[in-house]
Amino acid sequence: MSANLAALLYLGSGILFIMALRGLSSPETARQGNFYGMAGMAIAIVTTLFAVNLDFMSILLIIGGVAIGGAAGAVIAKRIPMTAMPQLVAAFHSLVGMAAVLVAAAALYAPEAFHIAGPLGNLKTLSLLELSLGTAIGAITFSGSVIAFAKLNGNMSGAPILLPARHLINIGLGVFILVMMAFLMASGGDAKLAFWLITITAFIVGVTLIIPIGGADMPVVVSMLNSYSGWAAAALGFTLENTALLVTGALVGSSGAILSYIMCKGMNRSFVSVILGGFGETGDAAAAAGPQGTAKQGSAEDAAFVMKNAGKVIIVPGYGMAVAQAQHALKEMADILKEEGVDVAYAIHPVAGRMPGHMNVLLAEAQVPYDEVFELEDINSDFANADVAFVIGANDVTNPAAEDDPSSPIYGMPVLQVWKARTVFFVKRSLGSGYAGVENPLFFRDNTMMLLGDAKKMAESIVKSLE
Amino acid sequence: MEAVDPVIFRLAIFVLAVFVGYYVVWSVTPALHTPLMAVTNAISSVIIVGALLAATATAGGGGEAAAAAGSEGGAGFSRFLGFIAIILASVNIFGGFLVTQRMLAMYKKKER
Repeated sequence: MSANLAALLYLGSGILFIMALRGLSSPETARQGNFYGMAGMAIAIVTTLFAVNLDFMSILLIIGGVAIGGAAGAVIAKRIPMTAMPQLVAAFHSLVGMAAVLVAAAALYAPEAFHIAGPLGNLKTLSLLELSLGTAIGAITFSGSVIAFAKLNGNMSGAPILLPARHLINIGLGVFILVMMAFLMASGGDAKLAFWLITITAFIVGVTLIIPIGGADMPVVVSMLNSYSGWAAAALGFTLENTALLVTGALVGSSGAILSYIMCKGMNRSFVSVILGGFGETGDAAAAAGPQGTAKQGSAEDAAFVMKNAGKVIIVPGYGMAVAQAQHALKEMADILKEEGVDVAYAIHPVAGRMPGHMNVLLAEAQVPYDEVFELEDINSDFANADVAFVIGANDVTNPAAEDDPSSPIYGMPVLQVWKARTVFFVKRSLGSGYAGVENPLFFRDNTMMLLGDAKKMAESIVKSLE
Repeated sequence: MEAVDPVIFRLAIFVLAVFVGYYVVWSVTPALHTPLMAVTNAISSVIIVGALLAATATAGGGGEAAAAAGSEGGAGFSRFLGFIAIILASVNIFGGFLVTQRMLAMYKKKER
């Protein structure tokens, strides 16, 4: 295959990747888009196979590698429960990061296979820059994603871990990486040790960067690591002179960056403040003060009675629903209400859950039609006309203090105005505060009724009372 | 005027792709943000093309120059790294696309 034809095929595969993302603009076209993505991948791989030198050993390595990895990937994709999607995505990010590190190392050790060897056998300075950027970003993506995975999967506490002088440590490590990059470039690729020092230091940076970030800020972290994995791929795309890799890296990099931005906006926080971490550390004092005032408690029967006689019910799910796996029971409840002639809709806050779109996937899994599920800006005005707001597992995203209490840490964050509904039901395990230690004054209002208990059990008992 | 360095062309492709990505991703509906992350994961594993190059490296493939660089052991090491990278990228390619497909299959419209 001529180099020109190969370059055109890579371009085609890049375009198919763009179409894969374009398909996600609506659920109807999304499935088609996913097939474009698969086709793009197939074209890129086959094109590369024509261009490389295949001997018996390398064929064995390729078939073996694809068989092992592909089988593992297929099994994971089939078995993973939808509630574990955030940690799965984090785990996948770590693999992309690690693959980038390995490819960068291979390019350094066998430059001729990557067509980046200079006339004297040394590497071009620019290639070395790309390689070291690729390995550094890849390594940060890897270890950062491993930490994010551990936090999301519960192997590690979601609480922020604050090292003393952590900003100073990060800056120091960053400077060291830059110095080693310069060293590697000056050596023409001979200073292999510098490459490994860059990689190891970047692994450490990934850890120190993510451990101070609290569990509830994970949507930003997951999006950010998504973005990093893209930039790492793009850096190597330059080295490999490969359009498909360049385009993909750019797409994924900007996709993750936009998602991070949307998540930060959903919390009314700057990207920098999330990355610096430690949010929630000051909230302990407020939380220790305990709940103020008295909250009205209700039972499943009360909730069933009120909702059965309501005209319109808006359900607000949050992370607690995911933890309790309450989406199926919730759907059952909504179905009975609909049979009773109640208008049911779902309201999703952008940062509900642990990753962008987390709630939507869980509701889709419970077979809630997607046209009953609305985003914050589309449904917020409807709460005033609703008889019941049914909040299940959400807290901070419904806190009126974000609108009327300038002293609140979450002041200015866009929230779902559930308090405008005639009655608010709050399914919650306790009267405790949210992740930021922020008190929710909504619990103590006259039109709020607390349904204390596990989200799934509560939804099931409401279903029983409705029947 | 001297000829433009091909690196500049690649940079141009990259910058334009960032812009394409920017507009395409903004048009993704928020309901599909999780599948978006899963599919971007899958497509970023196109890094497997680099892994394939690494796994097929040959000693002295670059002629005298490469031999001078002492790539005899380099090729073997490169193949090893490439093999691992192929495994990791394959997990992502198969896992990423299949889990996206599984998620997208769940999004249903209201039956009327």
